[in-house]
Amino acid sequence: MSTETLSLSRAMNEGLRKAMENDPKVVVMGEDVGKLGGVFRVTDGLQKDFGENRVIDTPLAESGIVGTAIGLALRGYRPVCEIQFDGFVFPAFNQITSQLAKMRMRSLGTLELPVVIRIPFGGGIGAVEHHSESPEAYFTHTGGLRVVSCSNPSDAYTMIQQAISCPDPVIFFEPKRRYWDKAPVDFDLANAAPFEQAVVAREGTDATLLAYGPMVKTCLEAAQADEDRSIEVVDIRSLNPLDEATVLESVRKTGRCVVVHEAPVFSGYGAELAARITEKAFYHLEAPVLRVGGFSTPYPPSRLEDHYLPDLDRVLDAVDRTFAW
Amino acid sequence: MTVDAARGAPLGTVAEPPPELVQLLTPEGERVEHPDYDVDLTADEIKGLYRDLVIVRRLDAEALALTRQGELGVWASLLGQEAAQIGSGRALRPTDMAFPSYREHGVAWCRDVDPVKVLGLFRGVNHAGWDPKEHRFHLYTIVIGSQTLHATGYAMGIQRDGVEDAAIVYFGDGATSEGDVNESFVWSAAQNAPIVFFCQNNQWAISEPLERQSRIPLYRRAEGFGFPGVRVDGNDVFACLAVTKKALDNARSGQGPTLIEAFTYRMGAHTTTDDPTRYRLQAELEAWKLKDPIERVKAYLVKSQMADKEFFDAIDAEAKAVGSDLRRRCLELPDPEATAIWDNVYATEHSLLAAERAQFTSYLGSFEEVSR
Ligand SMILES: Cc1ncc(C[n+]2csc(CCOP(=O)(O)OP(=O)(O)O)c2C)c(N)n1
Ligand SMILES: [Mg+2]
Repeated sequence: MSTETLSLSRAMNEGLRKAMENDPKVVVMGEDVGKLGGVFRVTDGLQKDFGENRVIDTPLAESGIVGTAIGLALRGYRPVCEIQFDGFVFPAFNQITSQLAKMRMRSLGTLELPVVIRIPFGGGIGAVEHHSESPEAYFTHTGGLRVVSCSNPSDAYTMIQQAISCPDPVIFFEPKRRYWDKAPVDFDLANAAPFEQAVVAREGTDATLLAYGPMVKTCLEAAQADEDRSIEVVDIRSLNPLDEATVLESVRKTGRCVVVHEAPVFSGYGAELAARITEKAFYHLEAPVLRVGGFSTPYPPSRLEDHYLPDLDRVLDAVDRTFAW
Repeated sequence: MTVDAARGAPLGTVAEPPPELVQLLTPEGERVEHPDYDVDLTADEIKGLYRDLVIVRRLDAEALALTRQGELGVWASLLGQEAAQIGSGRALRPTDMAFPSYREHGVAWCRDVDPVKVLGLFRGVNHAGWDPKEHRFHLYTIVIGSQTLHATGYAMGIQRDGVEDAAIVYFGDGATSEGDVNESFVWSAAQNAPIVFFCQNNQWAISEPLERQSRIPLYRRAEGFGFPGVRVDGNDVFACLAVTKKALDNARSGQGPTLIEAFTYRMGAHTTTDDPTRYRLQAELEAWKLKDPIERVKAYLVKSQMADKEFFDAIDAEAKAVGSDLRRRCLELPDPEATAIWDNVYATEHSLLAAERAQFTSYLGSFEEVSR
């Protein structure tokens, strides 16, 4: 049997388990990842099965989590760090951007840091401040880091294993509001898309929606809801490096494109996509690339998050505007 | 000597000193002496502390109930930590400044913050409903440890103003591992800042017991940074009051920082989203129940004949009334207007924000047109 229906959280767990079975150098570390199994249960049962040496309940210190992971990696281990929530990655920002990202280049290629940093990200769960942010652009802006995000259980299962076996540092964004969504998971890695590849999640001919992580589902629902037009949805998956070919192929086909993410639009990842598409597919475009996302403000209190977060209506409103051009 | 394979480090190599827990009131309600600390309280003052303790416990229970009913998104309960918060909170002068973490609802009470304003953040109608300057009670800080540096800088300001105020900052046992907290120890020592570090060691940082953070009792960390540390019975409101007062006075008189470790216990879950049965034993909870911070004051009041049944009934009735009032006013909290998203982001709204605000308002308006 090579498929089973699992929640995204459970699929992550199975992927981590597989990676730990396959490679004794894989260690999991983070706050509450041991006995509790992580606040989202992604590491549930791993400490019990692999021991405290391989699943470390760390001190409450994020700079320490990433800094020591770098040291472990220098010694031949493959640390998988969990940052409990998006808003708590910033104490580790120096270690990630100034240390982790640069060491291969600084060492003229002699040092390798196969560190994975898992970050549950995004809003929509009614949480208090610092628990709903989308900080991916800080990291895609930093050369030397790979940045990926999974949108469904099957990708969660395969991408975490690909991330762990990747020789580069990987920032792995997990769509926290989709943790409990269930879908069939294909356990055969041979069927998985390559790590760096974007995937057409839904085929269409009239417009392209580009998204990653939690917004893929929103875009699929929007595409489904639009009875008049045939909308293609591309799941970016790997934000850096970007699979430009898949993106451009879709946009050249449809001629219209809307980028959707939860992070603020201003200076966000969508700006990179829009600029790149404009540069490389200008004559195929029927309308400018539009962006739908968060506003240029701090993340609002949870009773306002439904306004802040792109939803089906806001996505379709943008699609309408590309057709009205 | 046992060796913990997980950390590959020998444990038990650091000699435990005899427990130096400052206590003035035993769990049984007996007053005990301490060579360095004492409180001189009138019967009314003690009854006042009792009232505070009972009311904040009641407010906490109400907030928990509101969360279960879906009226709050989440709640961080103070259950078990009432004495630590009321004792330290009542040691403050009005002009002192307190920097809380996110569980200091008892200190908020002492700073006259309307409890419904504390609920706002947990209900998700705002990020903080009170004016920190008015109450000398800063915003709740959720990013662990960050506020310790703010408090240190604030204390440096007090120092430069040449006044006899002090700053106090609250944080947990887990927080002591954060870089910011350790930097604040370094800074406040180097600057001889008038600050009190009030660490509520409730034994747990979500699922992690103190052993994951420290090999030595937390109060002893202070010595290495060059200032005094003291461990106080965090369930003894008298001791917390006495120890905090003295530390504040030392700060005021130019003697610099003190670290207070209030030894207490988180009786509830970390927050309402947590399930502590996954990581801790019921027996531990039962043991701490015997050290309840309120029962011992009650026992003392009874034994010393300072209060009778009538008093206790009156306090219970008052607490109940405060609780129902809180519930009613919580339910009445209006949801913010959508455009509040753009409020107060800058001193003066810049054009881009103004455009976003206008665009979104007209977008929302388009739905009304459709439904009309
Ligand atoms: C920088 C940061 N990392 C992680 C968290 C998530 N988190 C919230 S509370 C908590 C444990 C805090 O424990 P402690 O300092 O002992 O305070 P307590 O909750 O027990 O009062 C953690 C890990 C956070 N809020 N901020
Ligand atoms: Mg704690």
